[in-house]
Amino acid sequence: MKLRFVEEKFFNLLMVVSTVLIVASLVAILVTVFIKGLPALRLSMITQVPKGGFYLGKEGGILNAILGSLYLAGGATVLAIFISLPIVIYFNVYAPERSVFVNLCRFSLDVLWGVPSIVFGAFGFTIMLFFGLRASLLGGIIAVALLILPVMSRAMDEVVKMVPRGLLEASYSLGATKLETSVKVVVRQALPGILTAVLVAFGRGIGDAASVIFTAGFTDSIPISLMRPAATLPLAIFFQLGTPFPEVQERAYASALVLTFMILVISIAARLLTKSFTKHVIK
Amino acid sequence: MGYDEQAQRNDNAKTGTSAMHLIRGLQDKLARISMLALACFAGLLVLLMALGLYLRSWPILESMPLMELLLSSSWHPLKGEFGLLPFLAGTVWVTGVSIVIAVPFSLLCAMYLAEYAPTRIREWVKPLVDLLAGIPSVVYGICGILIIVPLIKDYFAPLFGSFSTGYSVLAGGVVLAVMVFPIIIHVSLEVFASVPYEVREASLALGATRWQTTKKVVMRRAMPGILAAAVLGLSRAFGETMAVLMVAGNVARVPKSLLDPAYPLPALIANNYGEMMSVPLYDSALMLASLVLLLVVLFFNVLSRLILIRIERGIQ
Repeated sequence: MKLRFVEEKFFNLLMVVSTVLIVASLVAILVTVFIKGLPALRLSMITQVPKGGFYLGKEGGILNAILGSLYLAGGATVLAIFISLPIVIYFNVYAPERSVFVNLCRFSLDVLWGVPSIVFGAFGFTIMLFFGLRASLLGGIIAVALLILPVMSRAMDEVVKMVPRGLLEASYSLGATKLETSVKVVVRQALPGILTAVLVAFGRGIGDAASVIFTAGFTDSIPISLMRPAATLPLAIFFQLGTPFPEVQERAYASALVLTFMILVISIAARLLTKSFTKHVIK
Repeated sequence: MGYDEQAQRNDNAKTGTSAMHLIRGLQDKLARISMLALACFAGLLVLLMALGLYLRSWPILESMPLMELLLSSSWHPLKGEFGLLPFLAGTVWVTGVSIVIAVPFSLLCAMYLAEYAPTRIREWVKPLVDLLAGIPSVVYGICGILIIVPLIKDYFAPLFGSFSTGYSVLAGGVVLAVMVFPIIIHVSLEVFASVPYEVREASLALGATRWQTTKKVVMRRAMPGILAAAVLGLSRAFGETMAVLMVAGNVARVPKSLLDPAYPLPALIANNYGEMMSVPLYDSALMLASLVLLLVVLFFNVLSRLILIRIERGIQ
């Protein structure tokens, strides 16, 4: 009789310990990046491009990688919006209810979500070979857009699904077509959720390295053309860490701090967006 | 005359509205077709990827039997030997270690959040777990190098009287485990939420303790879903690249112990993109490696998604 209460206490303790451990691992990551990165962080790091001998410990910064990552993730996000939004509208407005085709598509997107980013990189590379492209900003944008497509479209799908059916019917009964209903009612109603989905996808795009390693290449200058290679922040961190010079490795920690800060800002913004931006939402 | 004018005007108005109708209808039709096309594209993308990679890996599949490629452990691209076994073994080791660490911890954490924790704690911990999921893998890699690798080198390896650089199967497994936590917790929480509340009440009313209820009632119902969560975590760990590349050591040999370095498949692909175009068949071998990765992950994902869909149907 007593034993089961001991068991209860024991497992309760184990659960609390596990939860604390998991939260602690997050704290450990953030604290490590902060402690290691902050001393090496200089203003010049985020305002300059690498000068000659940057990877040997000489002057310069990682502006090329910061801008490259923003351009790349931005471009990929825009491209992914143009694919995801129509898909999601098709799923929820145009397709007949309980359509097998839609369920198959959703399933396929879920599966795609689990595909590793390096495979997206390799696939992006085969596409580029097919079209005769070289490692470039455009190639990176395509690979990352495909990578974030499932994240974005499934997240949008979840919010658009929540738009009340009656709202759509009210719009139809006023004579609006499905397209007009989608653009003026559905998208507007689901806007906060859609923006959150966009931000989450953007965050995933900016942090990913494996998909751009083949496709975007790397360069020390700021990208000025879609056809030129572009540097990305995660790869810049990786390359700096790979050098044998402690000064350069310290800069890698500082770059990691910049990247982590960007990710934190994006996820906090996504969280806040869910709460605000509800101006057009009819409750 | 007056009548005719009126009729003419009416006609004009009618053609005006019907033209607008026509345009709006046309727009709608066009939108439907293009949306359907995009949906088809998204639905077929997985198959497209498999096909693309298969076509690129065709040259090496043609020149060497598949079994030899997968089961040979001699990797000498310059001599034309592309045995993938060391990399497959490395991936299996690292993934195995990560899942052994990740499943108990994340399951206990999910149980705590779903069954025990007060709402306030749950509302605090959930966003933190989500945040953990959003951290880029390069940052995980850096933290692995800064925390886990020295820990293994200075404390764990001497404990067993052996030497290790710290860059090992174990380091890769630990880092992957932390990366996999959020996925398993997230899916498990949804699965626990799908267990009807009345079942718990019935068990508690019979005098069972909370843990007995969780263990014998909730867990029994949630078992397939937990399995699906673990498999999803497994497939994520299987394909994770950058973090593993940074901490696993990258020595192309089949690892024999936890402290041996490993060279997982994704790390191989990411590490050799530079020279692959200059050695014959090299790019084809790497594309084959990607294809293998894709197919294994697809298998795991399809399996766990099917389980989760059945659970979802069960609720409705």
